[in-house]
Amino acid sequence: MKISFPIMSTSYIAFKRFIEELGHEPIVPPRPTNRTLTLGVKYAPEFACVPFKILLGTYIEACEMGTELIITSGGVGPCRAGYYGVMHKKILRDMGYNVEILVFEPPQIDLWDFFQKVRYVLKLNRLPFLEFLRAVKRAWLKLGVLDDVEYLSHEIRPYELNKGETTRVFNKCLEMIDEARTSDEIKEAKEESIKLLKAIPQDSSRDPLKVGIIGEIYVVLEPFANFDVQVTLGEMGVYTHRSIWLRTWTLGNTFMRWEENKIRKAAKPYLDQLVGGHGQNSVGETVLYAKKGYDGVIHLAPFTCIPEIVAKSILTRVSKDYDIPVLTLFIDEQTGKAGVVTRLEAFVDLMKEKRRIRSGIRNESVPGY
Amino acid sequence: MKIGIPKTLFFYTYLPFWKSFFQELGCEVVISGNTNKEILDLGVRDAVNDACVPIKVYHGHVAYLKDKVDYIFSPRIVSVRRLGTETFCPKFLGLPDMIRFSINGLPPLIDVRIDLKKGVNRLLHVCLEVGNLLDKSRNLILKAYRRANLYQGEFDSLKLKGFMPDEALDILENGMSVDSDIKAEGEVTIGVVGYPYILYDRFINLGLMKKLRAMGVKIITPELIPDEILNQHIKKLPKYLFWHYSHRVIGAALYFMENPKIDGIIHVSAFACGPDSMTGKLIELEAKNRKGVNFMVLTIDENLGEAGIITRIEAFVDMIKYRRNLL
Repeated sequence: MKISFPIMSTSYIAFKRFIEELGHEPIVPPRPTNRTLTLGVKYAPEFACVPFKILLGTYIEACEMGTELIITSGGVGPCRAGYYGVMHKKILRDMGYNVEILVFEPPQIDLWDFFQKVRYVLKLNRLPFLEFLRAVKRAWLKLGVLDDVEYLSHEIRPYELNKGETTRVFNKCLEMIDEARTSDEIKEAKEESIKLLKAIPQDSSRDPLKVGIIGEIYVVLEPFANFDVQVTLGEMGVYTHRSIWLRTWTLGNTFMRWEENKIRKAAKPYLDQLVGGHGQNSVGETVLYAKKGYDGVIHLAPFTCIPEIVAKSILTRVSKDYDIPVLTLFIDEQTGKAGVVTRLEAFVDLMKEKRRIRSGIRNESVPGY
Repeated sequence: MKIGIPKTLFFYTYLPFWKSFFQELGCEVVISGNTNKEILDLGVRDAVNDACVPIKVYHGHVAYLKDKVDYIFSPRIVSVRRLGTETFCPKFLGLPDMIRFSINGLPPLIDVRIDLKKGVNRLLHVCLEVGNLLDKSRNLILKAYRRANLYQGEFDSLKLKGFMPDEALDILENGMSVDSDIKAEGEVTIGVVGYPYILYDRFINLGLMKKLRAMGVKIITPELIPDEILNQHIKKLPKYLFWHYSHRVIGAALYFMENPKIDGIIHVSAFACGPDSMTGKLIELEAKNRKGVNFMVLTIDENLGEAGIITRIEAFVDMIKYRRNLL
């Protein structure tokens, strides 16, 4: 069966192989482009958030490639993302695509339903359960490796001597990880990637600005949605730390909740209530970044995202209380790269100035004179 | 002691209860009154710019009240029943925090959490919490709770008799005559669906109801339909929605589609409303799948012009009449 899945950042590398190992044909729609977004915008409700539109565009592209089944995740609200599956299916059917969407709800909500769906997928070609577990293990390992390698690339980028080299090496690493099949090969690819990344010529005397990146998971993770904000900043010589990683997030929201609890505790004085999505996390993470001495926080959110609107109206106070600048970028299909870059540059200047004032160095050359 | 209640959002549903509760406790209740230009401007000034109009209006009502009262009653309303994973819109969940950090110089907020799905008699617990906060005796709180329930009951039964919540409030509060021409049969019957704080806020929707009635339209809204009927239709969804008011809207819309007496459906939505992006599309697709459903979406925002609204509803009503003559 031809199976597809949502594209979010580099995770498709792991999912693609996973579906292959289940004995199905993975359909990997292209990484989101302007065409994807245009398709999504055309058929999605006007005020749906940008992740909904990009994903719809991705699914349409997957359907054009002959997908029969789309596997995705659900949710329990109150964020809209939990209803994506239902809406996407209705819209695709309305467009005339006869595609099935299988939505996996969080297992702790309805374990039975979860297993039923797993069984459904396995029964399609009678895959033994043990084989399935092994495939899950490998996919999980790969997701972790992808996260680790990307994490390292962001650590190195602000120090690189030749602008753009980290990105080039990182892309090479992705290819290597993509080719790895067995657990050993995956681990080997990881070692090799780390070696390659560490070999990039660096200027370790730099003391880059430190920025935390927070917000809604899709726009934080998917470079197309956030105009590659992490790489853009890295190449401006800014150290960025992202709050959400796919694997840790999945763990944090299913079985191991301690990391999440730490964030929620930090948010408590400002927002003692889950508001869905990543609203409360955004508040808590800003507090934590401020406490860790970061120079600023960039808050990414889709336009009309309800939880992040709540977060934004509270972040103004957090920013004041902890004296940490916060730049909120609400992203929709009208947002342009140039506009985002200009705002990032201005934000970087602001943080530099703030750091200069803090360290008590007098400015000899006043900008503009 | 003066308690301020912003007359918007969920207070279009629960105002009688809380007003009566605080009055029975011996407090003076100051209600912000109907939304007007001043309130809207205050809200637009104070609220985060990405918020929808209703949230901005709420900020406005609170800002209007802040110097006139000792406390502002702004509960965190999480759920009122157990149905799937139903809660309220996330903005409602964060509402007390949003206003606390957006409006300067606020009096203390009574921001109790109303989460009724958690167990039986939760509302009584909430009332005890509020009463204790105001240093009232247990007996007084219990009495106030009973009276408030009765008063809310009167209000709810008026709605089932066919009065819109704003009219029911007028009748209860100002003793307006019950037999006004409100229930008169119209030539055309339209189901108007939307959230109470949009449908019954005459300022925000620019008197939509009055305009429709002036065209000889009989109006039915979700609030006039008994909960059992709404729930029946909500159960038809492939998966429960997450938001209380959206459930009411979709339930009503599905009911209207199956009711041959309803000639058309108007969905009134706020610009950039998150839940409505899903709810509205669901209604649209359902309407499309059934032949001959007249359906229109009316989006309102803070810059809405009267002419625009009139043109659109006139066209809609004309279309219904035209279609009917064809048959």
